[in-house]
Amino acid sequence: MSLKYVTPAERFKRYLPKDYVELVDFGPFGKTQEEAGPGNMGQFKELMEEHPMCSGCWMAYYIRLIFASLPCPEETVTLGTAGCGRLAISQAAVPFIYGNYGDQNAMASGLTRAFRLRFPDKQKDVITIAGDGGTMDIGFSMTMHSWIRGERFTTIMLDNEVYGNTGGQSSGMSPKGAVLKMAPMGKDFEKMPATELAKAAGCVYIVRMSPTNIKQAAKVIRRAIFVAREVGPTFIHAYTSCNIEYSIPTEDVFADAIELGRGRFKFDEYMTDEAKIVIERVEGEEKAARKARKASKAEAVN
Amino acid sequence: MSAITRPVLNKKQVEMNHLLHEAPREKHFITGAQAMAEAVKRANVDMAIAYPITPQSEVMHLVGDVFAQGHIKEYYRAEEELGTMSAIAGASRAGIRLFTATSGPGLLRGLEAIVSWPGHRVPAVLGILTRVVNAPLSIQPDNIEMAYMMHCGAVMLHAENQQDTFDFTLAAFAIAEKVDVYIPVAVATEGFFVTHAKGYVNMMSEDLVYKEFDPVASPVPAMDNETPPARIQRDAPVQKSNFMSYLIHSVWQQEIWDSNSRAMKYIYEYLGGPIEVQNPGSDVMILASGCAAAQAREAHRYAQEDGLSVGFVKVRAIRPFPRDEIREALKTAKTVIVPEHNIIGWLCTEVKAAIPNGGIVHEGPRVFGGMTLPVELIMFEIYEALGIEHKMKL
Ligand SMILES: Cc1ncc(C[n+]2csc(CCOP(=O)(O)OP(=O)(O)O)c2C)c(N)n1
Ligand code: SF4
Ligand SMILES: [Mg+2]
Repeated sequence: MSLKYVTPAERFKRYLPKDYVELVDFGPFGKTQEEAGPGNMGQFKELMEEHPMCSGCWMAYYIRLIFASLPCPEETVTLGTAGCGRLAISQAAVPFIYGNYGDQNAMASGLTRAFRLRFPDKQKDVITIAGDGGTMDIGFSMTMHSWIRGERFTTIMLDNEVYGNTGGQSSGMSPKGAVLKMAPMGKDFEKMPATELAKAAGCVYIVRMSPTNIKQAAKVIRRAIFVAREVGPTFIHAYTSCNIEYSIPTEDVFADAIELGRGRFKFDEYMTDEAKIVIERVEGEEKAARKARKASKAEAVN
Repeated sequence: MSAITRPVLNKKQVEMNHLLHEAPREKHFITGAQAMAEAVKRANVDMAIAYPITPQSEVMHLVGDVFAQGHIKEYYRAEEELGTMSAIAGASRAGIRLFTATSGPGLLRGLEAIVSWPGHRVPAVLGILTRVVNAPLSIQPDNIEMAYMMHCGAVMLHAENQQDTFDFTLAAFAIAEKVDVYIPVAVATEGFFVTHAKGYVNMMSEDLVYKEFDPVASPVPAMDNETPPARIQRDAPVQKSNFMSYLIHSVWQQEIWDSNSRAMKYIYEYLGGPIEVQNPGSDVMILASGCAAAQAREAHRYAQEDGLSVGFVKVRAIRPFPRDEIREALKTAKTVIVPEHNIIGWLCTEVKAAIPNGGIVHEGPRVFGGMTLPVELIMFEIYEALGIEHKMKL
């Protein structure tokens, strides 16, 4: 139904915006990851193309990666909030819901439950994508309680360790000592232990990472979505530097991400036994499907 | 997994006009909180989200029971009011019928989310069971919080008693969901005085329910990847640039206030109009809403017994504000008395602004902090206005 929903009638196509038609014809809707996934970004019509974020912004890159990794974009709804990320997320070709600053996980709680109620036999993927301030400061209670209640959707925190959108104020996720606006003497308390909080609150799949390895980052995004479908809340804490507020020259953005990936964003993946079962099953199925496709392709050639 | 299983009910779905105007009713003696929950029971609500605060809690406890009995499909207690009201906004995007309720401080805590509902085109129903806004603390009825709600675009009804609470709450769902309205409707009534006191309420059978929510009949399609027209949000204009966003915000808000005005015809259809008038053309008119209208009604009765030239106007709709109707009703009045349960006199201000000769509107009488509104207080103003000698002392 939902693939049908995005696909216009052939005869109607010429009346629709070109961008839309190209998305349906050459975008990732209904396609596999080999056809249209992070491995061949730039070779298909992506869900997120233009955005008004700063040039060289690592957060914008990661958002593009999120959209390229979605297991089922035609059944996905994203929720975001105030912050730099929403400037790009809102321009992806996936329904995007924006409420007030920090409310994304409360909105997603209502939305996910409503989807289950209206479409009990269907899987709708709900993902919140918000900054460190939106997730851990102003939205803290709503983030934590959505996890505590076991709401089945994915939370992605774009951690640039600062309030980027409002001009570089310190956040709970800024490292101790960082001299930022509203912390003119340097931040005097530790970076919040987001993944530990997630674990204590009952997230069943949690990853902290600096997404420099595309393949690994995509795998994590998909795992988080698969597990949220069946088991419970999942959380990705990703480093997405703010080159503007931390004065990282554009050409050094990647090196910085690598460095932090060795430091406070060292890859850490946690999953419950139940989550592990789902991951092994789904990835096994995907592998088998890939093999089958390869075999039928080989047969067609012969 | 809950060990309690909920029964599956088979109820007859009908139109709102049938429910309100045709279905036979039986008389019950119930509280205002019960009346609101009984309305929710018959409204075919999909999801209700609760957060406790006195005096509202009683309503959402009862709605919880209504859920457990199988009348509602989903119900949960949220983390606090901002979470509650945000979850309503989120759930609404999936195209379902929603209800929640709160009081004073809870309303203010949830206000950032609530005042965004009209802009998000959330056709939810919100119960407001009035309570003092701190400080100092009091849990008593004072409807000051309604003043904060008046400027967001939502439709607002103010119930006088238990019967109103039942009828207004039920009608609210139909009004909110009209395609040419499609904004939230708040149904307010006084905490304790109405919520915790019993009155007679005529109710139709609970085997009848309002017809199911139709996610297609909406000016903005549900974000469910199912409901046409396709809502693939690329190049979202609101987010694109500040230049676009102020243009879009302004036309969007104009449309919301137009939607608010368009609700008026449905207030006539379902509730018989935004005001009730008795003895129009009297020298003194007492005008009130909510629980104060009950006291004003009583003062009006006393005045009739004394043969005084006193009329009565009850205001059911605070938004859209019945400006034309009130002008007409007060056309020949020499004095207007506006008894209220709050210190600022928000209704008095509205009435003054609505008529060309605002000077005839008397400030008060007002009680606040949750005090009762004695009929004598209104009588005092009537005697003063008519220059009648009396021995009343304040
Ligand atoms: C209720 C409310 N308070 C404050 C703001 C202002 N505000 C908008 S974005 C933002 C900071 C965003 O920081 P973060 O969440 O870390 O996202 P980033 O921009 O860094 O990606 C703030 C404080 C707001 N929009 N709403
Ligand atoms: S301010 Fe920082 S996070 Fe925001 S868009 Fe620019 S570089 Fe990216
Ligand atoms: Mg940030």
